Amino acid sequence: MKAVIALFKAMLGSFRDLLPIVFVIAFFQFIVLQEPLPNIFSILLGLFFVVLGLTFFIFGLNMGLFPIGESMAQSFARKGSLFWLILFAFCLGFATTIAEPALTAVANEAAKVAAEGGVIPQTIEQMDGYANGLRVTVALSVGLAIVLGVVRILKGWPIHIMIIGGYIGVVVLTWFAPETIIGIAYDSGGVTTSTITVPLVTALGIGLASSIKGRNPMVDGFGLIAFASLLPMIFVMLYGMVLS
Amino acid sequence: MISLSQFINTFTDTVVDVIPIATIIFGFQIAVLRKPVANLHQVILGFFYVILGLSLFLLGLELALFPLGETMAKQLTAPEFLYSFKDDITETLSWIDYYWVYLFAFAIGFSTTIAEPSLIAVAIKANQVSGGAIGVNGLRIAVALGVAIGISLGSYRIVVGDPIHYYIMGGYVVVIIQTHFAPKLIVPLAYDSGGVTTSTVTVPLVTALGLGLASQVPGRNPVIDGFGLVAFASLFPIISVMAYAQITQWLNSRASSKENDNAL
Repeated sequence: MKAVIALFKAMLGSFRDLLPIVFVIAFFQFIVLQEPLPNIFSILLGLFFVVLGLTFFIFGLNMGLFPIGESMAQSFARKGSLFWLILFAFCLGFATTIAEPALTAVANEAAKVAAEGGVIPQTIEQMDGYANGLRVTVALSVGLAIVLGVVRILKGWPIHIMIIGGYIGVVVLTWFAPETIIGIAYDSGGVTTSTITVPLVTALGIGLASSIKGRNPMVDGFGLIAFASLLPMIFVMLYGMVLS
Repeated sequence: MISLSQFINTFTDTVVDVIPIATIIFGFQIAVLRKPVANLHQVILGFFYVILGLSLFLLGLELALFPLGETMAKQLTAPEFLYSFKDDITETLSWIDYYWVYLFAFAIGFSTTIAEPSLIAVAIKANQVSGGAIGVNGLRIAVALGVAIGISLGSYRIVVGDPIHYYIMGGYVVVIIQTHFAPKLIVPLAYDSGGVTTSTVTVPLVTALGLGLASQVPGRNPVIDGFGLVAFASLFPIISVMAYAQITQWLNSRASSKENDNAL
């Protein structure tokens, strides 16, 4: 009985999270566009699924993703082997990004732009090669970003200097990169960090920062995702420059 | 009618996404750390819940939100709709005629960010780590406002056709200035909040809006101008989260200085 009440409460919370979307859609559909809803049954069913899904996701987060991320960070810190920790950080970043569907979509789109812009010949083979190269580039950059972020936590480097340095890199590269790649490069920073990667990487950072002496989880634990969204921008622009 | 097969498809897609992550985690746990996972049952059940939850979530979005939102983005940017507010149809549209688009961009940016699962995750963690000083909902609203402003500004940019890098660089300058003045504790979290905003819910709708705008506004090329909204949505939350911390700090210091005055 207790579990049912807890589930019901959690679902109510998820429903509250969803209310703004319902309002926005209803307002624009009925008042601005003045059209009826196309299929009310499937919309209601869909909303029910979204609420249920969000509830399960948050349950699973607290039961699985957060604890494993933090306990692994602590085990690595206790083991004291820098090599394995860095390898783990790199693999986590690389593997979660290479499989990311949003990245695949953006890479294919980018190949189309490049083919239309005359950077590569307009053949399927060439476009596939370009898209795959882009995906590997982004995945590599996310892997390196997590490594960089982990090293920062270990050494306690100040994050703002590194991020501002990265911004300067982005600005400088924007001058030299071909114009067609810039929009895609800027977007690639946002699409790399998926819904499963974010909680894991956050838990990893906080776990590390709280098990190393002299680190503050609030100041040092966050920031891994910031690197994972900055480095892909730089790498994608470099990729565009190398290929043009 | 949606069928079981649709659910199974989404479910297998999510499983395929999770396999590399799970392999690395359990591979390192067994081969390198050589320690049994504490509460293994619970962790596996947690992973299962995450996969199940994400599949249901995506399927629900596919059913309820994406088709409607995408049609809406198209309809709001269509010339027929924009001209329906004009008396003189020979007039050319200026950027101001797209006001419903900006409002839609703002509203959809805000509301989808509030429901973004990865932002909820980061907000829960930030709340735990800060010992409750950072409220889960406060952070989420700050981020959502940033996304909302970012996407409406990004839509404006597509309408007028300015080069994207001026806006992004301008945003960087603001971030750098704020970094100097914002409370030190919030800075890393603010940087992170740029990356977490744009995933499952926001990206598809925002991309539809960008492509819709870029293909309807005369003189824009969808393959070039359609991109960039995601970049706006990941830059502006950094600014808004730092602003949130600055405002909170300012209010607190004002309250405490008042208290001191009263004490005197």
